[in-house]
Amino acid sequence: MTDTTQNDSPSRLEPVEGEWQRVSPKFVVVDLVGALIVGAVATVATGIPWFISQLPWLLALPITVGVISLLVIAFTPRRVRSIGYQLRDDDLLFRRGIMFQRFIAVPYGRMQLVDINRGPLDRGLGLAELKLVTAAAATNITIPGLPEPDAEALRDHLVAVAESRRAGL
Amino acid sequence: MSGTEPARRAREDLLDGAWHRLHPATPLLRGGVALIAILAFVIANLRDQFFEWVVPGIPSADNGDPLGYIVDNGYIVVALLVVAALLLVLIAGFYLSWRMHTFRITDEVVEVRSGVIFRTNRKGRLDRIQGINITRPLIARLFGAAKLEVNVAGQDANVQLHYLASATADALRAEILRLASGARGTPVEGESLPAEAAGATANASLLDRRLAEFTAPELDPKLAARESIVAMPIGRVLGSAALSGGLVLVILLAILATLGVVLAVTIGGDIWALPALGPVLFGFIPGLIAVGSYSISRLVKSLRFTVAATPDGVRIGYGLLSTTNETLPPGRIHSISISQPLLWRPFDWWEVKVNRAGTSSAQGAGGRQNTTILPVGSRADAFRVLELVLPSLEAPEVAARVSAGLDRGTPEDGYTTSPRRAAVWRWFSWRRNGFALLPDSVLLRRGAIWRELVIVPAARMQSVALTQGPIERRMRLAVVQPHTVAGPISARLGALDEDDAARFFRDVAALGIAAAERDRSHHWRADREGA
Repeated sequence: MTDTTQNDSPSRLEPVEGEWQRVSPKFVVVDLVGALIVGAVATVATGIPWFISQLPWLLALPITVGVISLLVIAFTPRRVRSIGYQLRDDDLLFRRGIMFQRFIAVPYGRMQLVDINRGPLDRGLGLAELKLVTAAAATNITIPGLPEPDAEALRDHLVAVAESRRAGL
Repeated sequence: MSGTEPARRAREDLLDGAWHRLHPATPLLRGGVALIAILAFVIANLRDQFFEWVVPGIPSADNGDPLGYIVDNGYIVVALLVVAALLLVLIAGFYLSWRMHTFRITDEVVEVRSGVIFRTNRKGRLDRIQGINITRPLIARLFGAAKLEVNVAGQDANVQLHYLASATADALRAEILRLASGARGTPVEGESLPAEAAGATANASLLDRRLAEFTAPELDPKLAARESIVAMPIGRVLGSAALSGGLVLVILLAILATLGVVLAVTIGGDIWALPALGPVLFGFIPGLIAVGSYSISRLVKSLRFTVAATPDGVRIGYGLLSTTNETLPPGRIHSISISQPLLWRPFDWWEVKVNRAGTSSAQGAGGRQNTTILPVGSRADAFRVLELVLPSLEAPEVAARVSAGLDRGTPEDGYTTSPRRAAVWRWFSWRRNGFALLPDSVLLRRGAIWRELVIVPAARMQSVALTQGPIERRMRLAVVQPHTVAGPISARLGALDEDDAARFFRDVAALGIAAAERDRSHHWRADREGA
């Protein structure tokens, strides 16, 4: 769980300093399974036109999709390592993505609700996903792959600080 | 003053926390008009039948008429009984639904109960009110009734009171806003004027009163400071509609198409080519109708458009026959956009739009339309409107910064703009495309052809994002976006230098927290009165 993503490229966008909390390495399994299923389904689905028509150039479609899926799968561990969050004094910072980087800052007082979701794989590995909702739909923060006790502690903490800093809409 | 008393008493009665009913004409206005229309249709048919009875010499013209069938077969008594029974049931239903539709207003909430079989109960918290609008559809205006709609944050979360007596609706809105403002105690004199105005004419005949209401100015001049009202000269309204994008585009396309047809005919010399090109021309007609009806509805709304400052927020009114006016309490505006299509530039006209948390669902209020708080106005007008919604604009340096946001970009105007290398993404606008931070808000300046300045009050901002894709990363560019509630304005600003963008992200996150702590606008009068 050491932070290798931070230093491997000098030009990487790093708007705020501070230690990022990373998600559990076990989440790689969940993400991997998800990526495998999506990749397999997409490859098969795009292969259908070729299968029906037997036109050789249509084969390019499933091959492209398959290669992209393999790349996505290969980068899964790095992608999971790129997910991070920071609890600052007054706001929560969230980051994710390696190719498409995204940083978000949400003041605690703006949080309207905090959800905990657990899929079947999450449950098997003792993980949970935390979802934060503000009045703006674009905020859209989901912190996946948190160990279950951590997720519940984080939710309780967020609800408590949100209550103490409650602002108008 | 004798006329004032009953009106005041009526208003205070509505606020006593007990349950009240709506205007007695409500069932008629809500659906009864259709019923009357159907009845009139049936009667009109019957009249033909009756005429035939009296003058048997004239043969019946339409044999497929169900009424004729009924009469011919001697079912007339049965049919009349059925119609009468249906009418009775409908009237009883309307009466019941009116009786069961009650509302009350307490210090905390406005609550509505309705429904005969399926009961619904809806409460809106007063401190979450995003705006209150009063709509007077044409027919309701004739009856002296009005719809009052309380917009609470959230999709379809409005509390509607339709219909109320016209004067009551005005007074009730003032009182609800007073309760919501955090001020407690007796109403301030002079803000309950609508009731007084109605009271003054209480002794006149019913017809005179209706007439007076109907022809009264849309905005009561006593209610708002005169100088704050933005004038809407008819020339500007017409000109802006003619020069706004859609219409010009359609006309250009139509001219091109006509030219094409003429060329095809003259060069080809084949008159038979004309019908083949017909469909192309006809394709434009739906587009023309769509743009035309949009322009006309915009025009009609602009004609009696008023903006005014009241102690309880900005009051916006529009409409010629069906009128709507809405009060937005302070601190309910989540972002502001001032924009200008290319053809408006010679006249320095601007349009001002806002994002709000609550949207009005009322037909008369036109949903999307009422996010426009100034359809067209000069720069001075736009600033006058902005001052109402952005109080910090009083400071000259802030005003200068906002004004620079409307001009073409210069290096020393205080905006951090895109670097030269971003010209690949922003061909014409890279010199203009930029941001500036004010003590209480964020300014985003975009577009060279379609100029736009987006102002996000930091106290309303929900979160801020910084994103960078693979190509942007290679070019050391990034995108920033302060998030606000959904609306017509998106506060996204792309093609910034990544260091500038990172600085923006840090500063705006801090600004948002600081501003939210200072913000007291949800109880806008509590501070003023020390309550």
